[in-house]
Amino acid sequence: MTEMTYREALRSTLVEEMDRDPRVLLLGEDIGVYQGTFRITEGLLERYGPKRVIDTPISELGFIGAAIGMAMLGLRPVVEVMTWNFSLPAADQILQNAAKVRYFSGGQVSVPLVIRGPNGAGVQLSAQHSQSLESFYGHFPGLRVVAPATPADARGLLRTALRSEDPVIFLEHAALYGIKGPVPEGDDTVPFGQATVVRRGRHVTVVAYSRMLHLALAAADELAREGVECEVLDLRSLRPLDMDTVAESVRRTHRAVVVQEQWPLFGAAAEVAAGIYERCFDDLDAPVERVTGEDVPAPYARNLEKLAFPDEDRIARAVRRVLQ
Amino acid sequence: MAEVIMPKMGDAMTEGRILSWRKRHGDRVEKGEVLAEIETDKVNVEIEAEASGILQIVVPEGQAVPVGQVIAYIDGQPAQAATREAPPPPAQPEQAPAAEPAPAPTPPHAELGPPRVKASPLARRIAAEHGIDLARVRGTGPGGRVVERDVLAYLESRAAEAPAAAEAEYEDVPLSRMRQAISRVVSHSKQHIPHFYVTAEVDLTRALELREQLQEALGEEGRVTVNDLVLKATALALRQHPDLNSQVVDDRTLRRFRRVHLGIMVATPDGLIAPVLRDADRLPLVQLAQEARRLVEGAHARRLRQEEYAGATFSVSNLGRYDVLNFVAIIQPPQAGILAVGRAQERPVVRSGQVVVRSVLQLTVSADHRVTDGVGAAQFLVDVKRLLENPVRLLL
Repeated sequence: MTEMTYREALRSTLVEEMDRDPRVLLLGEDIGVYQGTFRITEGLLERYGPKRVIDTPISELGFIGAAIGMAMLGLRPVVEVMTWNFSLPAADQILQNAAKVRYFSGGQVSVPLVIRGPNGAGVQLSAQHSQSLESFYGHFPGLRVVAPATPADARGLLRTALRSEDPVIFLEHAALYGIKGPVPEGDDTVPFGQATVVRRGRHVTVVAYSRMLHLALAAADELAREGVECEVLDLRSLRPLDMDTVAESVRRTHRAVVVQEQWPLFGAAAEVAAGIYERCFDDLDAPVERVTGEDVPAPYARNLEKLAFPDEDRIARAVRRVLQ
Repeated sequence: MAEVIMPKMGDAMTEGRILSWRKRHGDRVEKGEVLAEIETDKVNVEIEAEASGILQIVVPEGQAVPVGQVIAYIDGQPAQAATREAPPPPAQPEQAPAAEPAPAPTPPHAELGPPRVKASPLARRIAAEHGIDLARVRGTGPGGRVVERDVLAYLESRAAEAPAAAEAEYEDVPLSRMRQAISRVVSHSKQHIPHFYVTAEVDLTRALELREQLQEALGEEGRVTVNDLVLKATALALRQHPDLNSQVVDDRTLRRFRRVHLGIMVATPDGLIAPVLRDADRLPLVQLAQEARRLVEGAHARRLRQEEYAGATFSVSNLGRYDVLNFVAIIQPPQAGILAVGRAQERPVVRSGQVVVRSVLQLTVSADHRVTDGVGAAQFLVDVKRLLENPVRLLL
């Protein structure tokens, strides 16, 4: 185990995989000369040269389309989007081509593409640049959607993504790039579709992912002082979604709170809550609570932004409600 | 769409409970078929379909509802109905699209099953595993929802109570519905009807001889009990004493009945019920005996129709099966009198200065002092006595 930041975990994994596999190459805006808006690709242009670290124009539809073509022909491109909001101009390529080529071709052609970048809110990027798109991309069969919350999972999931035969929507979080955590050495992978129990508890299951995991853990600390033992789960993958681990936990605790940063309607939390009802109905002692962002475009002002997204107090209150 | 409502069976009935549905939700029913069995204060009644169609049950088994409330609908669209293949119960009836579908007062697809208790699924599961009726568990969750801890607490308290109950000096048992009804009736009677009582002793010797002769002549068909003779004598005497075959309507009105319908008090394990022997004064004795037997047996089996308990103008209560001399009975409102019949027994009596052994029977009439007085009741009782002591008149 070594200690590193989420950013270092991502960067070191890219380096290790690029060293290991010459088919891996990077594309994106400002990833080369500028070394990445969030410094994930720092030093990589120098290390691998402009054929494997390609600075693109501001043309997501074009370079993501190009990356899909590369992947279809045997390369393993990794596209950085400056934030996931900039994937929207390329949504047609991602949803209509990347997600469907393997299906259309009867498995003859696959798209081993990774698109990565920061997703979500909380760093004052205002309404257009604070969106969480996991439920949007999670909706489409043919894509893999993951959202690591820790340096270790950033590393393990990115490695799995780079070795995947299918297009992967790799959702990082700008607020997490600086967090530190222990990371296993070697080329450990974290499989897709496996949630993990981050904290054991017997009173209530709190399901979260990405930045929300850290808020859930903070809420669990606070609640522990009241004698409430939260079991905190990190989904890690949204598609495939590991409902087995969630259900196994809820069957023990009989109560669940699901946390997401995005808007409430048609969100990931609703999907998880429905899965809990389907699998654990007779085990529930209270309705499943959701904690979500407010149903408004993200405000820029710091005070309003804080009000618009979940915090540990809101999670703690939801836990207390299901424990009534 | 026809409504099936909770029927009113008698003035005192305010609500009825559905004992069982004989047809299932979604079943095709024909007019006249029995739909359900209803428990009222006194009897269980069968409800028949008044129309043909698809049954849509609104009120589940075991639930009590006020008189007049809709308990089911019968959707009478034959063509549609015939093609319905036993649909799942909560399905909405398929109807031709109407311009403006009239909203039903109660949704015909209301949920089935026992009355809904708010409980978490986990609480339900634990309760089911331990055979606990959730209705007995106090819910402490939001809005009174029964949650896991409530069921566990109930289980604990039940476990704690179980050994203690064996040593308790008393037990509280719920009154049956019938017992509650009897309680209301007798309390009302004793509180509102000024009772008084007159007793007479009847020499049964000749009545018993008549009974034997009838049986000899007619065999089993001629079987007549002492009570049958008393019923006949009472009915005939009431014709002469219409004040006792009556009912107080209000402070200023007494309603005398032209026909004599005798309530026969029948003891069942659940309590007293009184099927009605109609036109007891006009029925020939042998037929009266047959009808009385049918009523008593039917009452025991609880298979009489509701109307067979209605309309008595006077009642007869008989404890002759038990070794008692006499007793006084409580008048059944709104009637004005009841005759209590003791046990026929051989006793030394004085006849023409001689002590002889005779079968005697004590009769006590309870009368409503508002409609008659001691003399009236005594004259009535003496007439009963004379009829029984000259029993040939019972055959007229």
